[in-house]
Amino acid sequence: MTDPFNPYLPEVATILETVQETHNIKTFRVRFDDEAKMKAFTFEPGQVGQLSAPGIGESTFVINSPPTRMDYLQFSVMRAGEVTAKLHTLTAGDKVGVRAPLGNSFPVADMKGKDIVFVGGGIGMAPLRTLFLYMLDNRADFGKIRLLYGARSPQDMAFSAELPEWTGRSDIETTLTIDREAEGWQHKVGLIPNVLLEMAPAADNCVAITCGPPIMIKFTLEALKKLGFADEQIVTTLEKRMKCGIGICGRCNIGTSYVCVDGPVYTYAQLKQLPNEL
Amino acid sequence: MAAVKYIPREKLPEWLKALAAQSRVLVPVEEGGSVVFRQYDPARAPVFGSDATAPPKGAVFPACQELFSYAYGKEGEDNAPTLKLDPKTEAQPTVVFGSKPCGARGFLIFDRVYMGKKFPDPYYIAAREATVFVTMACATVENTCFCHWVGSGPADAAGSDVLLTPVEGGYTVEAVSEKGAKFLDNPALTDGAAKAAEAEAVKKASRDALGEAPDIASSPAALLSLFDDMEFWRDQSDKCVSCGACTYLCPTCYCFSITDEGTGTAGRRMRSWDACMHFQFTLEASGHNPRPTKAHRLKNRVGHKFSYYPTLHDGLIACCGCGRCVKSCPVSVDIREIVQNAVAKAKG
Repeated sequence: MTDPFNPYLPEVATILETVQETHNIKTFRVRFDDEAKMKAFTFEPGQVGQLSAPGIGESTFVINSPPTRMDYLQFSVMRAGEVTAKLHTLTAGDKVGVRAPLGNSFPVADMKGKDIVFVGGGIGMAPLRTLFLYMLDNRADFGKIRLLYGARSPQDMAFSAELPEWTGRSDIETTLTIDREAEGWQHKVGLIPNVLLEMAPAADNCVAITCGPPIMIKFTLEALKKLGFADEQIVTTLEKRMKCGIGICGRCNIGTSYVCVDGPVYTYAQLKQLPNEL
Repeated sequence: MAAVKYIPREKLPEWLKALAAQSRVLVPVEEGGSVVFRQYDPARAPVFGSDATAPPKGAVFPACQELFSYAYGKEGEDNAPTLKLDPKTEAQPTVVFGSKPCGARGFLIFDRVYMGKKFPDPYYIAAREATVFVTMACATVENTCFCHWVGSGPADAAGSDVLLTPVEGGYTVEAVSEKGAKFLDNPALTDGAAKAAEAEAVKKASRDALGEAPDIASSPAALLSLFDDMEFWRDQSDKCVSCGACTYLCPTCYCFSITDEGTGTAGRRMRSWDACMHFQFTLEASGHNPRPTKAHRLKNRVGHKFSYYPTLHDGLIACCGCGRCVKSCPVSVDIREIVQNAVAKAKG
C-alpha cells in the first residue's frame, strides 16, 4: 500500500551547482534524490515550485530551466527575505526540499507558429528563460523570436554566462539594455519600455511575454498597447505571497482567482477581468 | 429514515462514557468565562444550552499541527549531507458531541476546498474521516444568530452525523449519516417515537424565532461591483482593530500559515491558523502588500465568504451564520450589516 500523495511534503533534492548571478541573485541547479521520481517528473514552461530550506521555510520560484533540459531543475533566487537569505548560504551538495510542479503554465500551444517578443526586466527574466529556452529547443515551431532583456546595470544582469550565446545566435534577435551608461557596455542604454518602442515589433501574429518589476510592467504594457498589441496577445506572470501553493491557504487570491493554481501566468485580457488587487 | 431514539438527560453521561472509551470525545465546557470544546471529563458538566464561544473547528483542523518533521545529518566517509522528512497524517478517532449545527456545518465549507480533486489534503481528510459529529439542535436562538440567511437553520443536520434535539426530560436522537447510525447502538438510548412530535415543534419554534431572512442572493455580484469603492470599505471597516478574533472563532475560516520550528539540525514544519485580517497575511518580501489597509482586508474577508467562494462553489455561502464574529468582535463590526449595506449600495 502506498500513502496517498501528500502535497505538503517536499521531495528531498541535492544542489548540483550554484551560480552567483548578481550581488543578490543566486541560481540553484537541483535534482531529486529519488532518481525514479526525477525521471518521472514532468512540467510545463512557466510552472513554479516551492523551494524549501527546512528549518527556515519555503518560497515560490519559477522552474526556469525548460522541460526540454531535464538534467536538473533550475531556480534563480533573489535575496529578499528570510528564506531567500538562507537559500543563498547553500552550496553544491547541500539538501533542499522541492514541491513542484505547481501553478499553470504559458499557453505554449497558442503561441505555435507565431512571432514572439520576450520583455524581461531584472529577476523577471527567470520565468521568461524557461519558455525562451523551450522555444529555442523547438525553434521550428515558432516564428521570429525576439528577446529584450534589461537590468539596472551590467552587474545586475542575471544569466550573464548565457548572454553571449543569446546575442550571438542568428535565429533569434536579442537586445540587452541597462538603465544608465556604464563603462565597457556594448549594448543598449535606456529604459525597457523605451527600447521596446524603438524595436517596434509588429503586433500582427505576435505574442508578447513580459515579466519584471511592477513599474516596468506598467510602462511595458503601455508601450505594447502603443505598438498595437491586443490584450490577448500580452502574457505576463504574477507574484504573490504564497504558503500552500495548492489553492487552500487563502492569501494569493485576486477575487476568485488563486495565483498559485490559476496563475501565475495570465494574459493581459485575463488580468483586466480580475478585481484590481495586484 | 432511521427511527427516532430518545435519551433522558440523566443518561447522557452513560452514553458519553461509552463513547469516550472508544474515541476522543470533545464536548463544550466552560473555561475562563468562555465555552470551548475540550476532552470529555465526567467531572465537568458539558454546556449544551448556549452556543460555544469557539466552534469545534480544531477537532478536524487543529490550531497548530505538524505537517512533517525534518532532520539534517551527515553520512558516509565524505560526510555527505542528508535530509530526512517524516510526515504525520494520521488522525485519532474523535466524537464532537454537542456542537450546534453551525459548528458542524462549517466543515462543509472546508470540504470543498480541502477535499478538492487536484490537491486533496491528506491531513484534513484523515481527521475529517475520523471525526463524528453528534450535533445539538438549537432550542433557543440569540440575536446574533443568522444561520437562516445562509441556507442553514437551528436544526440543520448538514455536516453532522447525529442530530440531538432537546425535549422535555432529555433529547431525541436521529442518525443523519451511516457513520452516525452506528453510534446509536447504546442501551442508554430508547425508542423516541413518542417524543418525535415534540422535537419537531422545538425545531420549528427555533426557526420561527429567527424571523424572516433578508434577500442577500445578489451578494456575490454586489460585493464584486464595490471592489474599487474604497470609500465604502473604509466606512465599513472604520471600527475594525484588525485583531482577527472573527477569523479565529469562525467555523468556516480555513486559511492557514506554514512555518518551520526547530533547533539546529532537526525540527518540524507546522501548519497554523492564520487570519486575513492581519497586515502580514499578504505582505510580500519586497515590502509590497496587495491588501495594505484594514479596509482592503475586511473587503477580502466579506468578499471571500459572500462572493468569491459562492462563485466558485455552486452558490454555497462560506458563512454558517453562527454570529460568533458579531458576538466576539471587540468593536461590534457586524458582517450582517456589511453584506446588507453592500447589497443595498449595489442596487443604487
